[in-house]
Amino acid sequence: MKILTRNTLAPLAAVLAWLAVPGGPVSAQDAPKPEAAATAPAAPAAPAEAAPAPTAPAEPEKPKDPVADPLGYLPGLNGGTKLDLQWPVPAESKSVNPDGKDEVSMEELVNNVAHNKVSINMVWVLLTGFLVMFMQAGFALVETGLCRAKHAAHVMATNLLIYPLGMIGFWVCGFAFMFGGYFNGPVAIGWQPPFGQGLQLLNGEFSIELFGKPFGLFGTKGFFLSNDFLDTAVFALFLFQMVFMDTTATIPTGSMAERWNFKNFIIYGLWVGSLCYPIYGNWVWGGGWLAQLGINFGMGHGHVDFAGSSVVHMTGGVLALIGSIIIGPRLGKYSADGKPRAIPGHNVPYVLLGTFILAFGWFGFNPGSTLAGTDNHASIVAVNTMLASAGGALATTLWLYITTGKPDPTMICNGMLAGLVAITAPCAFVNSLASVIIGLISGVLVVLSVNFWDRVMKIDDPVGAISVHGICGAFGVLCVGIFSNGSYGAGWGGVHTLLKDGVIQTVLNDGTPEMLKKYAELTGSGWADQGVTGILGPLFGGNYADWGQLTAAFIAVVANIVFVFIAGFIWFKVSNLIFPLRSSKQDEMDGLDMPEMGVEAYPDFHLSDRTSPPVH
Amino acid sequence: MKKIEAIIKPFKLEEVKDALAEIGVEGMTVTEVKGFGRQKGHTEIYRGSEYTVDFLPKIKVEVVLGDALIDSAVAAIVKAAKTGKIGDGKVFVSEVHEAVRIRTEETGEKAC
Repeated sequence: MKILTRNTLAPLAAVLAWLAVPGGPVSAQDAPKPEAAATAPAAPAAPAEAAPAPTAPAEPEKPKDPVADPLGYLPGLNGGTKLDLQWPVPAESKSVNPDGKDEVSMEELVNNVAHNKVSINMVWVLLTGFLVMFMQAGFALVETGLCRAKHAAHVMATNLLIYPLGMIGFWVCGFAFMFGGYFNGPVAIGWQPPFGQGLQLLNGEFSIELFGKPFGLFGTKGFFLSNDFLDTAVFALFLFQMVFMDTTATIPTGSMAERWNFKNFIIYGLWVGSLCYPIYGNWVWGGGWLAQLGINFGMGHGHVDFAGSSVVHMTGGVLALIGSIIIGPRLGKYSADGKPRAIPGHNVPYVLLGTFILAFGWFGFNPGSTLAGTDNHASIVAVNTMLASAGGALATTLWLYITTGKPDPTMICNGMLAGLVAITAPCAFVNSLASVIIGLISGVLVVLSVNFWDRVMKIDDPVGAISVHGICGAFGVLCVGIFSNGSYGAGWGGVHTLLKDGVIQTVLNDGTPEMLKKYAELTGSGWADQGVTGILGPLFGGNYADWGQLTAAFIAVVANIVFVFIAGFIWFKVSNLIFPLRSSKQDEMDGLDMPEMGVEAYPDFHLSDRTSPPVH
Repeated sequence: MKKIEAIIKPFKLEEVKDALAEIGVEGMTVTEVKGFGRQKGHTEIYRGSEYTVDFLPKIKVEVVLGDALIDSAVAAIVKAAKTGKIGDGKVFVSEVHEAVRIRTEETGEKAC
């Protein structure tokens, strides 16, 4: 970090001294000679003199073209010059360069550029992480609005407390299980940790041998973020991944709302953040066996989930499903003959506001998952994301007009969220048309799914979490294997698919020099590296159809359902022995606010007959 | 001394209140209520499940008046609250035995 220890005030002093020169505001004509600023004079000089005085009786110079002269010195016109760096100023730089020369060495230049790149990525991942954190507020409003007033404080409290609960679980061991082997995962040739080499600290993965191949199961480094991992890159990864985990954790609070015992919920929050979410997450994002499907078994690029349709949403959705099954429907939800009754939520504006907050937070969720502000692909991700949300909301609206005659606004919200969930996995790999199509399909899918669980399966899900996150999450994962067009993700999962004249060759990144040489030779002779491609890739601008990618997606969906369903089943059954899963019948009828929380959400709220449907 | 209970459409409250004030009624009690008569409810769909909205929101206006004012008050309410469509509401008139103004302890018609 030699650069950082330099006299950082010197350039600032130079600029200030220059601005202080009498002569009024700087005009383009007054611009100092770029040469003077660009080349550091060897003669010792005060910083102020490094910049020429604007009052010098020289011929008025033409304004320099900042594009032609990137180091030009045109205040107000430049995005930045070398003065903005921690640069050696001639008078003070002697002690900096070991050879006594005033010039900046190539190493210093490179370090400065690298530092900036890492900083841009860091700012991006932090800011988008903050956006994702705010999605908790969106979930809280959606879920509370779809519940009855007598449970509102209870439901809101589950949504608030899941944030600290999940976070502590993730800090204790969740992060280590999920990302402890992050650095060992299969990656593209030339990949570097986006926000710093500190991620090399996360290099412990527990693997087993199956079919002669390593199967990564969970990570082993980073427990408690101990001092060994006190690193800016590790902490940035922790923040970003923590808020994603919390998104999963808060999904079942919706499907199990209005009847979930608060004490049981508390231990659930710790479990989901420390064990359930991180294990499956490791398989996909931590370099585990689903990510290795490509490099191990030739299935496309392995399971590719850009921002978490499977890791985040399916996991939450499947937990919501098993939770709802075990906890049973709300009292009075089904009549004696099994007909579902409508139990309208108490605040539809909450639901719509919450949906907007979620859609806003999704701009952190998906574009942020580039993990790099220097990856300009974020703009494509962002546009695809919003297009899918539009497709989802519009498809739901139209579908409801056709089938019921009135577009229930709470279902429109589900439709918008369905589009967002479905585009989450493929958002970086598809084009805009595919994004709209994915949104449109999920907008209809979510309505059919809500009706299916409600009427056919008789599983009570007050907010539609199973449909939005589980069903549309699974659909989104499959969309990677269907719609991806090869425009992004070359080398993803350590698999380089090279194409020339219709012939495909695969280079697997095993890190050996022979492999690197072969790759360089191929790419040097016209073999083009293809990104993630699905079976309909050619329809959307891709060069070939990759069934392996769809196979990997399918395996990931099955793995999620099997693992999360079983883990959730065991957990809810076992935790039921510690604290009962379900609130007492009387408390549920009275509303959980007063019996479990001691506070009513709306002490003056008018209760209608519908808040207490008949119980049989 | 009689009590008028008028069930009216919520958006007619302002007109009924003004009409009563015009004939010299000095006070009234207003309650938000729900109910149905011949108008009945209607069926809606919430998140895929059908439900009937049986109880429609109404306003109940209660006024206790001396016998002299009753007929004109009922007429004023009916005139002000009428739209001619189903669901306009009803007016009930009943005897009141006693009234006390708590502040002054006046009783009977002087108290209402």
